[in-house]
Amino acid sequence: MTPRTAPLESHLRDRRDAGRKLLVPYVTGGMGPDWIEAVHAVADAGADAVEIGIPFSDPMIDGPTIQEASLRALQRGTTPTSVLDALARSDLAVPLCVMTYYNIVFRAGLRRFARSLADAGVAGAIIPDLPLEECGEWCVEADAAGIATVLLVAPSTPPARAGAICERSRGFVYGVGVMGVTGERAALAATASDVAKMVRTVTDRPVCIGIGVSTPDQAAQACVEADGVVVGSAIVRRLLDGHGPEGAGEFVASLRAGIDDATA
Amino acid sequence: MSSLMGEPSATGRFGEFGGRFVPESLMPACLELEVAFRAAWADPAFHAEFTAILRDYGGRPTPVTECRRLSERLGVRVLLKREDLAHTGSHKLNNVIGQTLLARRMGKGRLIAETGAGQHGVAAATAAALFGMNCVVYMGEVDTERQELNVFRMELLGAEVRPVRGGSRTLKDAVNEALRDWVANVADTHYCLGSVMGPHPYPWMVRELQRVVGDEARQQCRALLDGQDPDWVVACIGGGSNAAGTFAGFVDTGAVLVGVEAAGGAAVGRGVPGVVHGMMSYVLQDEVGQIAEAHSISAGLDYPGIGPEHAHLSSIGRTRYEQAGDDEVLAAFRLLSETEGIIPALEPAHALAWLAREAGRSVPAGATVLVTLSGRGDKDVAQVRELLR
Repeated sequence: MTPRTAPLESHLRDRRDAGRKLLVPYVTGGMGPDWIEAVHAVADAGADAVEIGIPFSDPMIDGPTIQEASLRALQRGTTPTSVLDALARSDLAVPLCVMTYYNIVFRAGLRRFARSLADAGVAGAIIPDLPLEECGEWCVEADAAGIATVLLVAPSTPPARAGAICERSRGFVYGVGVMGVTGERAALAATASDVAKMVRTVTDRPVCIGIGVSTPDQAAQACVEADGVVVGSAIVRRLLDGHGPEGAGEFVASLRAGIDDATA
Repeated sequence: MSSLMGEPSATGRFGEFGGRFVPESLMPACLELEVAFRAAWADPAFHAEFTAILRDYGGRPTPVTECRRLSERLGVRVLLKREDLAHTGSHKLNNVIGQTLLARRMGKGRLIAETGAGQHGVAAATAAALFGMNCVVYMGEVDTERQELNVFRMELLGAEVRPVRGGSRTLKDAVNEALRDWVANVADTHYCLGSVMGPHPYPWMVRELQRVVGDEARQQCRALLDGQDPDWVVACIGGGSNAAGTFAGFVDTGAVLVGVEAAGGAAVGRGVPGVVHGMMSYVLQDEVGQIAEAHSISAGLDYPGIGPEHAHLSSIGRTRYEQAGDDEVLAAFRLLSETEGIIPALEPAHALAWLAREAGRSVPAGATVLVTLSGRGDKDVAQVRELLR
């Protein structure tokens, strides 16, 4: 089984258990004509999985950078199908996880959407506005299609609730690093470590910290407690600013180096 | 008796609609809010304070006015529930007083709100001033332009108005931005949502806080109608708070309940089930699920969704949802002004426009019709002058 089609969780667990910290870069699907090249570039720069955003008109957990990328993608006529078709055609060496909002999933139909992800070779899904209480019907379809549903634990999540979330999460647990929307921050919030610690007490699933992880130093710092990081806005901003796939790849390589140097 | 307009399910569902589709960061706050509201709403001291403020500060009860000249013109007996006479000029104060008391009870000193036409923003700013709280109001940039006076009004009341430049720059984007603020500041901030929408418990809580409109109107109608209820009860709907409050008072009577949407923002009329702003409801959207932009002369009805309880009431056939277009709304705005000396807000002018069209047709001649006049038209006078030129 190639890493692309291996279950997301066993792939990430194997790497973690081998002593590697996990790096999951994010790119908004369709944000520019060369977005798929950007996905390849970040995948090849040391990623352990790549998160692809399927753009939504009302991205309420996203800050200005990913809002702008989503808007550009939609203005270019990007649809869930166009993103998944491009992913299906691409030959990537690491597993893919899509991130989108629930209305996109619900409108397509849960079973149809889950199958379309599997058909495109996608391994996981992050749906941030589908919390534990609402995710049951989707998870049935996702499980049946072999799609890992990654759930989120936030700094505001009480420990008992975190246990239930981690129990239901697949692939990894997305630890929200800071109370707020996606976007770069000047410093890593103290809550990032707190969330990672809390998740570790309730599960042995890999935990990756996302939201507010913006630099190699911050990534390394988050990886002290966590198994890895998700980095989105810092990459997307570089793409919006015209640094291209090459610039995005270089930045992801610097994240990889920052993490590896600190753990060496 | 059915549990129509009772409590939603434990997860906040009205039938298949409602729920709590929010990021995990906000789930604990939604759960906390539900617990706090449940406790407050069961507490006689909370009700006593709420009622006293609405009476002594808000001017309640608002009257029901019999419209003699309009009735003669339309051939039906028209009664108006006069929310335009409440403090701040609309029904919105009921909800914000309730939520501000709740915020204080929860120890949260900062209020945030979204607003479309500005009525809810003005009400929230008013309540914040009354209780000495900080208040930030998110308002789409398009709406700050067409409701310039309300922006100034909010600023006079000490609130900060933040124009929202994302998306369609109207109410739906203001809700997104308020939710984003709430995620970042939930520890000390209460999101004072302005309508019967959003994640549970808001649709239920806001309806309960607004039911004073319907409860008063029912008693007042009985006094006017020799113990009878009106045949028809009509209210405009954007998110649907004045309609929900009104319908709550009449859902167990024989009255036909009608909600009137803006033709360009008719979530029930033209939407399909979907999830936005934390709720499952009818939503205007395209074939892949991107949320559509609503278009209406009225900023307050420029919203692509509708409260989930309305979606439920529609799906089971208890309420009817109709539409009114911009032109007939302008005509109704003039009609009420000229026949009754009452300048309505553009939002309830939708309810009047529908009635003006249907009186003597689907609403039989001689029927008794209660219309909730959810707000006064002062805020719209400048815009209407431009439109009529």
